[in-house]
Amino acid sequence: MLPAAFDYRAPTSLDEALSLLKQHGDEAKVMAGGQSLIPLLKLRFSRPELVVDIARIPNLNAITRDDGHVAIGALARHVDIERSNEVAAAAPMLAEAAHWIADPLVRNRGTLVGSICHADPAGDWGAVVLAFGADIVATSQSGKRVIHAQDFFQGPFTTALKADEVVMEVRIPVAKGGAGGTGGAYLKLERRVGDFATVAVAVQVELEGDKIAKAGIGLTAVGPQNIKATDAERHLHGKEPTDEVIAEAARLAAAAAEPKEDARGSVAYKKDVVRVFVQRGLKTAIGRAREARS
Amino acid sequence: MKVAMKVNGVEHAGDVEPRVLLVDFLRSNLRLTGTHTGCDTSSCGACTVLVDGEPIKSCTSLAVQVEGRSITTVEGLAQGATLSAVQAGFHEEHGLQCGFCTPGMMITGTALLDRNPDPTEDEIRWAISGNICRCTGYMNIVKAIQHAAKVRAAANAAPRETAGAATGGQ
Repeated sequence: MLPAAFDYRAPTSLDEALSLLKQHGDEAKVMAGGQSLIPLLKLRFSRPELVVDIARIPNLNAITRDDGHVAIGALARHVDIERSNEVAAAAPMLAEAAHWIADPLVRNRGTLVGSICHADPAGDWGAVVLAFGADIVATSQSGKRVIHAQDFFQGPFTTALKADEVVMEVRIPVAKGGAGGTGGAYLKLERRVGDFATVAVAVQVELEGDKIAKAGIGLTAVGPQNIKATDAERHLHGKEPTDEVIAEAARLAAAAAEPKEDARGSVAYKKDVVRVFVQRGLKTAIGRAREARS
Repeated sequence: MKVAMKVNGVEHAGDVEPRVLLVDFLRSNLRLTGTHTGCDTSSCGACTVLVDGEPIKSCTSLAVQVEGRSITTVEGLAQGATLSAVQAGFHEEHGLQCGFCTPGMMITGTALLDRNPDPTEDEIRWAISGNICRCTGYMNIVKAIQHAAKVRAAANAAPRETAGAATGGQ
């Protein structure tokens, strides 16, 4: 399949990229690894006049740790996250999720930032950044702004980004000093490697003593966009994670899901997978948080 | 648009539209037809090539994206008439039936052994999980890569005696 014709620029500086986007607005598409955009171009679902390939801009591929955050640069690929020591130490759920994305060949090219900007409701990273309560840092010629993950996803393939903005990095909040007291889990139901999720769930918890200080739950492929299960999160806050508390949180998360029936399952089935995955995910995440603390 | 890249160690330049896919540049412009177009939708891995040593799907890359990079296709695995360890493994273990997926499988297998010279069966199966064999000949494909790993290990242990026949890919 041959995409419709487009102009292509591969700027070597951020300034140049931002100026191209300012000039071309909605007619331009930003490309990092191209693993979401190129299939769209080939199917001609997307027909931009200009593709701005940001892969040659230096220093955008870093994964760095400062106290309180792991920052994933715009060009950090899924495979970089899968293999990163920083991620393994501070936010291992990211590496667990990365392993489930597409297949190893796609993971050698695709990026976390590209994936969330594509905003496929069945995309894995959306649920993960919602569970972490991450910040998305965008830049344009007018300056830098920070968008909370919860405000970023606005519908299927739709984000809060403006046409002249580039996402520079995603900042994942992590416990200061180490992974102590925090744990996460990513659970995905897929029929074959490389498939989009039938249902997937991201869970991240922080413990304080015997109680849950913070819980984040993100859902994949069960709505018009990735969903943050806020009622379930709120139910967990400040509580001891007994079986009853976890079961109720799982029920609330399933209630927040708005799946559509398709060849992979009915609405009731998908909601029940959400319930079971949130329950399992919370138990795993809490176990990991306890282990990280000891 | 001008594009230049090293393919199997040789510099190539071309003039292509930005929309031309890497697989089509390799097959049509350079006449390197060992890299196959399979599903053309980023699912099957028949089009796998190495870019700077890492396997990617060339149906989901623009030729202009790999400007200045070093590409290895299946044609670049053998040293003259001598098969690479991975190619020899596919021969010895009958790692192919129709052969359509074989170039991608061998490229992915080569990259795996470059990174992880002694993979477990599970690691091999995960590594080739982006490459589909429609004949479902996975048993022998796994054996072929295991065979190659052994040959490469033996070659590294005794480089002088077995040099040549046992040298791996890039």
